[in-house]
Amino acid sequence: MTTLLEMRGISKLFPGVRALDQVNLSVEAGEIHAICGENGAGKSTLMKVLSGVYPHGSYEGDIVYDGGTLAMKSITDSESKGIIIIHQELALVPLLSIAENLFLGNEVAKGGVINWPLAFQKTRDLLQKVGLNEAPTTIVGKLGVGKQQLIEIAKALAKDVRLLILDEPTAALQENDSQKLLDLMLELKAQGVTQIIISHKLNEIGRVADRITIIRDGTTVSTLNRADISEDRIIRDMVGRDMAHRYPDRTPNPGEVLLEVKNWNVFHPDQKDRQMIRDAAFTVRKGEIVGIAGLMGAGRTELAMSLFGRSYGRGVSGEITMGGKPVDTSTVTKAVAAGLAYVTEDRKALGLILEEPISRNISLANLAGIAMRGVLNQRREAQVAEDYRRAMNIRTPNVQQKVVNLSGGNQQKVVLSKWLFTDPQVLILDEPTRGIDVGAKFEIYNIMNQLAADGRGIVMISSEMPELLGMCDRIYVMNEGRIVGELSRAEASQERIMAMIMNSTGKAA
Amino acid sequence: MSEKNYLGSHLREYGMIMALVAIVFFFTVVVRATIDVDFLSAQNITNLFLQNSYVIIMALGMLLVIVAGHIDLSIGSVVGFTGAVAAVLTVNQGWPVYAVIPACLVVGGLIGAAQGYWVAYWKIPSFIVTLAGMLVFRGSTLWLLNGQNIGPFPRSFQSLSTGFIPDIFGDADQALFGMDRLNGTALLIVVVAACIVVFLGLRKRAQDAAFGLTPEPALVFWIRNAIVCGALIFVGYKLAIFRGLPNVVMVLAVLTVVYAFFTEQITSGRRIYALGGNEKAAKLSGIKTERLVFFCFVNMGVLAALAGMIVAARLNSSTPKAGAGFELDVIAAVFIGGASMTGGSGKIIGVVVGALIMGVMNNGMSILGIGIDYQQVIKGLVLLAAVIFDVYNKNK
Repeated sequence: MTTLLEMRGISKLFPGVRALDQVNLSVEAGEIHAICGENGAGKSTLMKVLSGVYPHGSYEGDIVYDGGTLAMKSITDSESKGIIIIHQELALVPLLSIAENLFLGNEVAKGGVINWPLAFQKTRDLLQKVGLNEAPTTIVGKLGVGKQQLIEIAKALAKDVRLLILDEPTAALQENDSQKLLDLMLELKAQGVTQIIISHKLNEIGRVADRITIIRDGTTVSTLNRADISEDRIIRDMVGRDMAHRYPDRTPNPGEVLLEVKNWNVFHPDQKDRQMIRDAAFTVRKGEIVGIAGLMGAGRTELAMSLFGRSYGRGVSGEITMGGKPVDTSTVTKAVAAGLAYVTEDRKALGLILEEPISRNISLANLAGIAMRGVLNQRREAQVAEDYRRAMNIRTPNVQQKVVNLSGGNQQKVVLSKWLFTDPQVLILDEPTRGIDVGAKFEIYNIMNQLAADGRGIVMISSEMPELLGMCDRIYVMNEGRIVGELSRAEASQERIMAMIMNSTGKAA
Repeated sequence: MSEKNYLGSHLREYGMIMALVAIVFFFTVVVRATIDVDFLSAQNITNLFLQNSYVIIMALGMLLVIVAGHIDLSIGSVVGFTGAVAAVLTVNQGWPVYAVIPACLVVGGLIGAAQGYWVAYWKIPSFIVTLAGMLVFRGSTLWLLNGQNIGPFPRSFQSLSTGFIPDIFGDADQALFGMDRLNGTALLIVVVAACIVVFLGLRKRAQDAAFGLTPEPALVFWIRNAIVCGALIFVGYKLAIFRGLPNVVMVLAVLTVVYAFFTEQITSGRRIYALGGNEKAAKLSGIKTERLVFFCFVNMGVLAALAGMIVAARLNSSTPKAGAGFELDVIAAVFIGGASMTGGSGKIIGVVVGALIMGVMNNGMSILGIGIDYQQVIKGLVLLAAVIFDVYNKNK
């Protein structure tokens, strides 16, 4: 076999972060090559380098493809070489037909005039290749996600693909759609299309991959041949690192049960019969930090947001008790009154009013706290903000600064301040350290420990497992909308968490 | 911070006031030079307010709608419709004024509610809903008036627009100052108002200092207050020696103060800004965004009804064409006043000044005999320039 692609010593720097560090990847012509790694390991960055999203010159290292060195400036360059990437979020225009989508930007046209009969003919051929029995005029938005995924592949085929990259192609698919997709991958392989698949699902990798490269913390850990692929080995390579960060010391002192959730079920907001959360149940004690681990799409955020004023999903059902008494959290106002607070993972889109000052952001969830009979006391508002600025060490000249001007870590402190001003008993922190630098992370950890020491209960959702292991007294593991396990601090390890996730994948009732 | 730096970082707010002063000055000079008429005569100042009151009143409501991230295109038609309702009730049905006014305000509120319901709870774009409303209520006006003008109104109704605050001092002060005509009430009111402006300004400065904010430099503060109070007293004096304070000006002043207070000091007002700035974040902070959007439209409807009655009272009849195109003047005033196109920011005082800029230009150009064709072009360019200035300032 000949080598089709070789990426040598690829390094990519983002401000303050080394996302890729001397990554090597070698793909043989005609194979299916899997890439595995934790969230944030650098898989997607590597594929963006390969597909020209990050142009030549913005990274170090060489890409040797088909015998020559590539220096791509854009996606157009990589596509002209037959390298086509299908992203996790599909890039189809839902209101256009299949034929229009397939040839978008690549129209079957002469002098700008589209030759529809020919376009339809080509569409039929391509649809047949991917095994999709739909008319070329069908509107894409009316198809399910599985079929849309097949159309993405047909679109790649329309461009004479030689190297097809699939980024978590089955993440949003049901079981039988996934199987169809994997079958198609094997069929394309038989036709000579080289493929790279990024996936967390070991059973799928075992089924289709010829070789597997494991990436961790931006470097290549190992490349395994099919014969050597085993679950234990993959998990070990994926997570086997030292504790990269340090966590402040703390003596846990859990008290009585504060929050208890039982039989929690949630359905997708648009697709009525798609269940996102299934029979979830968990407890949080006073002074306890409880982690929720899981891969992206496991339903952690959906669980948290549905608990907090049903801000996500429909058909929400289940029981919540606070301190043993049932509480109503059906609106955000009621949830706050019950003593819950939710610090979102997307602080810019969901947590902050960026163009408003710090003081107004902090008071937003509890305006009653700075008002008398509906009339705001701005002196008090500024005082409250000033108190939090000191307590949280928000770095800003004054609290009238617009939050858009703050760094990620300081913005996160503003969001935390906002919720602390509502005096919650239980805080749900969704990816509280995402996108903030190491120093600010440590400060956030300290704040969390302080809150726990004050007797509040904390739920910490995080995709960074070392963080969960370093901070939490107990960890729940979520996968595919269910809580699939619970580990005490002593029991928890990255291997055990990964194993719980892998073992439960695709085994839903 | 030096005065210059401070002005630079607050260019928008001072720029507005300076622009208004410059425009007034420009017209005073040009009108004097070309046709030898006093632009700042008592009569013209009175006219200026009578002509523009409806724009300012509706701009107050439109600011809330725009801050919430929406738009209301129907207000011109609502002005026509509520004016027609007032005419039918007063002239045809013989209702007394004290019943007609609340009835019209309720009609306006219901119209706002009917539109706000679809925008707030069904998430139908406000552009579409109010475009539909624009057509529906223009048509309804035609139907209600049967295509005819209805009038005239009784005196009591006309006084809504053309009435003046009576002089409680009678002739005593005139004798005192040795003048033929002087409305003491008017003068007293503006002097008191000027004192309140300075008092509130000083209090705000003290408050800013307490918050650790860079306060406005003393020099800038006193110059600005001198200009504002000087203008207030000058206008008040001019009005006082003519016929006194028009009722409309009093309504306008009270509404401006109420809305400024609402937007800056009241919980619900604050929440409208939050919702316009980031609706999802506001919602996740427990703010009932739908209810607030609904309120903004109801409020807009009520103010449009008030404007409708003032317009009808001023024309002394209701016409099927009344209010046509008003929405554009009002929306332009709000944007000239510095509101953000995407919602979330804008101040009441800015909107009032923006509306005055438009009004002074309308009035000045008409006096100069500039044709309606040029007037429209100039107004359009001023709107564009103001918004470009905003965007430029933001990107700088």
